[in-house]
Amino acid sequence: MAITTKQKIGWSTANLVVILVSFVPVLWIVSLSLKDPSTITDGSFWPRKWTWENYSGIFKTSEFTHALVNSIGIAIISTVLAVTVASMAAYAIARLRFPGKNVIVNTSLLIAMFPTISLVTPLFNIERSLGLFDTWLGLIIPYVTFGLPLAIFTLSAFFREIPSDLEKAAKVDGATPFQAFTKVIAPLATPGMFTTAILVFIFCWNDFLFAISLTSTVRARTVPAAIGFFTGNSQFESPIGSIAAASVIITIPIIVFVMLFQRRIVAGLTSGAVKG
Amino acid sequence: MTTTQTVVPPRPVPATTAKPETKSHLTSAARAERRLGWMLCAPAVIVMLAVAAYPVAYSVYLSLQRYDLRFPDQAKFIGLGNYTAVLSSPYWWDALVNTVIITIASVAIELVVGMALALVMQRTLIGRGLVRTAILVPYGIVTVVAARSWQFAFTPSTGYLSKLLGNGAPLTHHGSALAIIILAEVWKTTPFMALLLMAGLALVPDDLQNAAKVDGATAWQRFTHVTLPLMKPAILVALLFRALDAFRIFDNIYILTSGGHDTASVSILGYDNLFTGLNLGIGSAISVLIFVCVALIALLFIKGFGAAAPGADLRN
Repeated sequence: MAITTKQKIGWSTANLVVILVSFVPVLWIVSLSLKDPSTITDGSFWPRKWTWENYSGIFKTSEFTHALVNSIGIAIISTVLAVTVASMAAYAIARLRFPGKNVIVNTSLLIAMFPTISLVTPLFNIERSLGLFDTWLGLIIPYVTFGLPLAIFTLSAFFREIPSDLEKAAKVDGATPFQAFTKVIAPLATPGMFTTAILVFIFCWNDFLFAISLTSTVRARTVPAAIGFFTGNSQFESPIGSIAAASVIITIPIIVFVMLFQRRIVAGLTSGAVKG
Repeated sequence: MTTTQTVVPPRPVPATTAKPETKSHLTSAARAERRLGWMLCAPAVIVMLAVAAYPVAYSVYLSLQRYDLRFPDQAKFIGLGNYTAVLSSPYWWDALVNTVIITIASVAIELVVGMALALVMQRTLIGRGLVRTAILVPYGIVTVVAARSWQFAFTPSTGYLSKLLGNGAPLTHHGSALAIIILAEVWKTTPFMALLLMAGLALVPDDLQNAAKVDGATAWQRFTHVTLPLMKPAILVALLFRALDAFRIFDNIYILTSGGHDTASVSILGYDNLFTGLNLGIGSAISVLIFVCVALIALLFIKGFGAAAPGADLRN
């Protein structure tokens, strides 16, 4: 089928619109973060007077630097835990025959659809009595739980793409099923695990409701929560510049992931859900 | 974990070299597989039960108590009192109406825009990677950051969009604020919808499209009579995921309006009762009611799915 010039122009315009609409809100927050405080309310899309002040300002406050350390630490630990636990379950679901598999698939599905607020209320009370409130662990626990269904679904899709002949060959060579999993399948599944890790990390990095409900100080408050509560460097300063700068900083890792691993993220997002 | 329901052979079958695949061999292999399956799933199941199932049960228990954190010594069992209080409060019904409006509007817009986007991504020959990278930006960006961007864009005198809806503060009027909340929600989650739909589009065979074309079907007819029916399972899955996700909307509203000007969703109402009202009983009752709503939505969809329910291929 030949493609006419008219069609080419049509699709290219559509592409351009998509790219513009995706980037405009991001560019706007970048622009705000670079605006000099005196020009922040000028309503112009681009900064008329540039400055790095907003960035140097937020790095002087413990409110932001602590939050950044908390965000990075909590997201990485939660991701590693969720992917490790999920990869075992996903392998079992994708490959092994055992009674009770349905229960596990249904439970994961239920949790994936669970309204977060319904868990916030009881967790708030439980964590206060266990001394987990406002700690890293207090956030890691719900993140792992909600990351698990996402990780299990994505990973079982990846595991099923690995030819089962490989395990059979390993078993013929005398490997136990557990050895077949750790020595043969797990290494082959590394790309899938990596992709899953990115998706789970984005989920933890993004969370706001748990972050504002289960923390109260800089001890465990993450950047999204800090951005929600930011009051600026001093009470006389408008916090818009600071909020924008903090927003840009936590968007950088996302943009890097998206640029480097676009193909993997698309594959990961679509594999788990659509085959169902 | 050591007891299994496997039927043990009445007596050991003598091992023979001629027939290595005896029944006893198969059974023990199957038993080992079973045990491994349970062992591998145990950590995930324990975590999910401890952190999701137990708190849910606990929140049902809390919802039956009078439990105000400001007066903890007055806590006592009051049966369905909290539910009567919530269900007879106009705040609950306003929040429910808002949530339903936001859910229906954003999911409907996302379905149409997402379908268009999926078609664009599928057909595009030049710059395919660029478009996909671009749409992953809204998907990946932290919701609070995106919400702040929209908030500042509509802030009078600061924002580049503030003049769009006349002079005034669009975020302080019920109608325009709801519209901005829906816009923020649609911008953020249409990419996810589009990716799910694109994967569904890939399952429509080209042959069918070509056959319909030979028969003289227009592009629109091919879309409505060939593509859409074949994509029904993918569309239902995408709609289910998004509807349940939109129903629990919190971040966007919290940042954009904090639920002011009558824009609260049910999640915002629950949060406010817990952290501003410090009323665990009422907060838990709202949580349980939201859970019931979500379960109803899921049930409704799963009836529509039939055999194509998500995760069906993962079941035995």
